[in-house]
Amino acid sequence: MDLLNALVAFLNFVFIPAAAYGAQLALGALGATLIYGILRFSNFAHGETMAFGTAVTILLTFGLQAMGLTFGPLPTALLALPMGIALTSLLVLGTDRVVYRFYREARAAPVILVVVSMGVMFIMSALTRFLVGVEDIQFTDGARFVINARDFREWSGLEEGLALRTTQLITLVVAGLAVAALFWFLNRTRTGKSMRAFSDNEDLALLSGINPNRVVAVTWIIVAALATTAGVLYGLDKSFKAFTYFQLLLPIFAAAVVGGLGNPLGAIAGGFVIAFSEVVVTYAWKQVVAYALPGEWVPASLLQLMSTEYKFAVSFAILILVLLFKPTGLFKGQSV
Amino acid sequence: MTTLPRATLTNTAAPASNLRPVVLYLAMLMLILVTGFMMGWNYALTIVNMGLISAIMALGVNLQWGFAGLFNVGVMGFVALGGLAAVLVASPPVTDAWAAGGARILAGLALGALTVLALIVVRHRMAAGRSKTLALVLVAVAGFLAARAVLGSGTLAVEAVNPSVSGYLGGLGLPILLAWPAGGLLAAGAAWVVGKTALGLRSDYLAIATLGIAEIILAVLKNEDWLARGVKNVVGIPSPVPQEIVLQQDPDFTARAASIGLDPVIASTLWVKLLYMGLFAAVLLVLLGLAQRALHSPWGRMMRAIRDNEVAAAAMGKNVTSRHLQIFVLGSAVCGIAGAMMVTLDGQLTPGSYQPLRYTFLIWVMVIVGGSGNNWGAVLGGFLIWWLWVIVEPVGQSLFGAISAVLPDGSPVTAHLQDASAHMRLLTMGVVLLLVLRFSPKGLLPER
Amino acid sequence: MSDLDALREDRGNKDRSVASPVPIGVQIANNDGSRPASVVARAFLVGEGMVGGYGKGPSILNGCTISAEKGEIAVIVGPNGAGKSTAMKAIFGMLDLRTGSVRLNGEEITGLSPQARVAKGMAFVPQVRNIFPSMSVEENLEMGAFLRRDDITQTIEQVYGLFPILRDKRRQPAGELSGGQRQQVAVGRALMTRPSVLMLDEPTAGVSPIVMDELFDRILEIARAGITILMVEQNARQALEIADRGYVLVQGANAFTGTGRELLADPQVRKSFLGG
Repeated sequence: MDLLNALVAFLNFVFIPAAAYGAQLALGALGATLIYGILRFSNFAHGETMAFGTAVTILLTFGLQAMGLTFGPLPTALLALPMGIALTSLLVLGTDRVVYRFYREARAAPVILVVVSMGVMFIMSALTRFLVGVEDIQFTDGARFVINARDFREWSGLEEGLALRTTQLITLVVAGLAVAALFWFLNRTRTGKSMRAFSDNEDLALLSGINPNRVVAVTWIIVAALATTAGVLYGLDKSFKAFTYFQLLLPIFAAAVVGGLGNPLGAIAGGFVIAFSEVVVTYAWKQVVAYALPGEWVPASLLQLMSTEYKFAVSFAILILVLLFKPTGLFKGQSV
Repeated sequence: MTTLPRATLTNTAAPASNLRPVVLYLAMLMLILVTGFMMGWNYALTIVNMGLISAIMALGVNLQWGFAGLFNVGVMGFVALGGLAAVLVASPPVTDAWAAGGARILAGLALGALTVLALIVVRHRMAAGRSKTLALVLVAVAGFLAARAVLGSGTLAVEAVNPSVSGYLGGLGLPILLAWPAGGLLAAGAAWVVGKTALGLRSDYLAIATLGIAEIILAVLKNEDWLARGVKNVVGIPSPVPQEIVLQQDPDFTARAASIGLDPVIASTLWVKLLYMGLFAAVLLVLLGLAQRALHSPWGRMMRAIRDNEVAAAAMGKNVTSRHLQIFVLGSAVCGIAGAMMVTLDGQLTPGSYQPLRYTFLIWVMVIVGGSGNNWGAVLGGFLIWWLWVIVEPVGQSLFGAISAVLPDGSPVTAHLQDASAHMRLLTMGVVLLLVLRFSPKGLLPER
Repeated sequence: MSDLDALREDRGNKDRSVASPVPIGVQIANNDGSRPASVVARAFLVGEGMVGGYGKGPSILNGCTISAEKGEIAVIVGPNGAGKSTAMKAIFGMLDLRTGSVRLNGEEITGLSPQARVAKGMAFVPQVRNIFPSMSVEENLEMGAFLRRDDITQTIEQVYGLFPILRDKRRQPAGELSGGQRQQVAVGRALMTRPSVLMLDEPTAGVSPIVMDELFDRILEIARAGITILMVEQNARQALEIADRGYVLVQGANAFTGTGRELLADPQVRKSFLGG
C-alpha cells in the first residue's frame, strides 16, 4: 500500500507536471528546430513569438467570453487558438517579408540572422506588451480538474491524492495531436517532404525545382502554429507573463540542441529530457521516499537536490554536458 | 566563422571618414546639451554617467564581437558579477555572520572546488570507458551533496543573523574603487569557465551557453542571501565621492555654490555627478586607449584575421580556440568593470532589476549601431543608444498625451496609450537595430 | 564592394550559383573561328566558345567548346585546374559566361537559370552533397521528380531496374548507404525528371575500382536509352574507354578532341595526361 502511495505521489508531483511541461517545451523546441533546419539560424525571437501568439489568443478568448461563447468544460482559449495561430502566422510572414527575406536572398551568414532576430525580438516583445501589458494573466476557464485529489482518495482509499488538471490533460492531448499532424505532414505530403529536402540539402532542393519561397512560407506558418500552441498551453497550465516567455528561450534552445538542432524527433525527446530533469532535480523527494522506505530510514532533509529557482541551471548543465560529449545532440542534428 | 564587420578592400572615402567621427561625436554632444537645456542639467548628467558606463560595456562586447566575432548574449551575467564584486569588496564585513557560519560556508565552497578538481583529475587520469563515466558521476554527486550539506548549514546560520538589515557575510570593507578591477576579475573568471566549454563549437552554441550562464548568475544573486542578500538588495554601498548630504553641510561648499548663484542642494547633486563623470570618463579613456592599442597591435590584426577567415588562420598555425578564449575573457572583464561601476553609481545592488533586454540586448544594439569592430563606434553607440533609451519614454509619453488630448475624456484608449508609452523603448530599439542592420550594416562608424 | 558583401559568408561547400536569382548569360556569342566550331554547331548539346569565371574573378574558361549528340557519352578530362568542372557548370548555367553560347536541341539556352534548364530536360549530378542524406532512397527519387505532376512510379521502377540494390534499400536513409550506393541514388535522383541530358561531375570520385566499373556500365546503359551523357572524370583512362567523344582541356581551352579511342591512342595525350 505504501508503495502505491509513493507511486501516486510520484505521478502527482513529478510525472504529470513534468510530462505536461515537457510537451510544452517539445512544441516550442520543434518550432525553433524547424527554423534552424530550414532557415538555418537560431531564432532569438522564438520566445517572443510564443508570447505574441499567446497574447493574441488571450485577447480573442476574452472577446469570446464577452460574447458569451465558451467551450463547455474545456478552456475557451482552445476555441480562440486557431484564430490566434492565423494572426501569429500573419505576423511572422510579414516579418519574413520585411526583415528576413533580404538577408536570405543576400545569403547572409547565419550569425547575422541571429543578430537580426534580436531586433525582431525587441519589436515583438513591444507588440506583446502593447497588447496585454506585463502583468500576470490567468485565462483558463471551464472545468479545473479531470481527476480531483479528494475524489481520487475516496475512490482508491489511498492516503495520497492524485490530481490531473484539465490543462495538463489538454496539453498532452493537443501536443500529441500537433506532433502527429506535423510528422504526417513532413513524412507524407509533397510539401512536407520538400521541406525536409530543403533542410537536408538546399542546393540540391533548388536543382530539383523546389520553390524556396514556398518552403520558407510554409515553415513560418508551421512555426507560428507550434509556437502559439506551445505558448497557449504553457499559459493555460501556469499563467501568462510576457517575461516568463522570454526566459523559456533557454530551456527551449537547450531541448533543441540536446535533441540535435534541425531534427524534429530530437526536439521532442529534448523537450522531455529537459522537463523531466528540471522537475526531478528540483522536486523535494521526501514525500515519495517517506512512503517507499520504512519510517526509521527516512532522512530528515527534504531530499531536494536544488531549489526550484535554479531550474535554469538544470537546462544549462544538460546543455553543457551534451555540448561536451555529443555536440550533434542525442539524435543526429546538423552541426557544422 | 566570418562576421558582420568585414574589412573593405578599398576605402575610397578616406578623407570624409576622418571627419565623420568628429562630426558624429559633436552631434552627440549637441544632443546632450539640448537635453540639458530642455530637461535640466541633472537629468543630462544622469544620462551622461550611465552613457559612460554603457560605452564601457559596449567596448567589452565590441572586443568579443567586433574583433573576434564571438556571440556573447550573457552580458547581463558579467555585468551582474561586477556588481557583486562591489558588494564583496566595499561593504563592511558582518562579523556576527562570519562567526555564525562563515567557516562552514568557506568549507562548503572549498568542498565544491575540490569536487571540480577531482572531476578534472578523474577526467584526465582515468582511461575512457564505463568505469570512468561511473567514477565521474559518483565524484560529482558525492561532492555536490557534501558541499551542499556543509554550505547549507552555514548559510542558514548566516542568514539568521539580523536578517532585516544584514543576514549576509558582508564584504571586505575595502575602498570601493578596488571593486572595479575586482569586478573585472570576477567576470573574467566566469567567462573563462564558459569559454572553456562553449568556445570552439558553432557560434550559436556559445550564444545559448552565455544566455544560460547569465540566467544562472542572476539566479545565484537572487537566491543566495548569505552572499549579497538576494532580492532584499544591498544598499548603502560606500561611494568614492563625497555624498550630497555631506557637501550640503560643508560651509565652504555652500559658500562657493552661493557665489555662482546655485542652490546648495542642486549644486551638491551636480557636483557629485560631475565627480562621477570624471572618474568614469577616466576609466573609459584608459580602456578605450588599451582597446585601440590592442586593435592595432599584431595581436589585434591576428584576431581580425581569425574572424575573417577562421579556417585559413587555423591552417597558418594559429590556435583559434585559445585566441578566442583570451578575447572572450577580456571582453567579459570589461563588462564586469562596468557592472561594478554601475553599482557604485547607484550605491546599491538590486538583483531583481537585471533584465536581459536591458543589460544584454541593449548593449548589442549599441555595438551594432555604433559600428562593430570600431572602438570609437562602440563608445558612440553606447552614448547614443543610452540617450535614446532614456529619452524615448518621456517623448513617447508626451506624444501619446497629445493624441489622448484629442480623444474624449475617459476613453479606454487613453489609459491604454499611457501604459503603452512604457513599451515604446523596446519598439524603438528593435526598429533602430533592424534599420541599421538593413541599410548600414557596418554602423555609424564603420571599421576601417 | 557593396555593404552586402559584409553580410556574406561562405556557406560550406555550397554553390551560390545554383541559387542564382537572375538568369545568367551573355548577349553576344563571339566565335572568331579559332576553334573548329562548325562541326559541332548542330549537335544536340553544344557549349560553344565559352569564356567565363566565377563572379568578377579571372576567366577560367578561355573559349572552350564542348558538344555531344543524342545518346552519346562525352567525357571531359584534363589536368587539375584545367576548368573541367567549370566547363560543365557553365553548360548547366551555374556561372557567368562572358562570351559563348549554350544550345540544347538547337534552342539557345545561354540565358536560362539552372532550374529552368532542369525544366528543359537537363539533369545535373554534383560531385559532392548530391543526395538528401536524411531522406529515404525512395524519397530522394520523389524529390528528383518534384517538377513532374504526372505519375512517377514508372520512372522509379526504371531507376530500380537500373540500380537493383536501391530497391532493397528504398526505405533506408540515403545518408546511411555506402559511397557507391549513394552515387547510384544521386544518379537515380537526376534521372527522375526523364532528362535528355545527364551531366555527371566526377561520379567515380572516392569509390572503389569495382564500383567504378559497375557505375560506368550503368552509365553506358543510360546512354543506350538515348540520353546524352556529359561527364567530368579524374579516372581519364577508364572514362575515355566508354566515351564517344573526349575533350582534353588545358587552361580552359580545348587541347585535344576526338573519340575516346582516338584520344587513348594519341601518343601525346597518353604521354601528357594518361601517364604513358
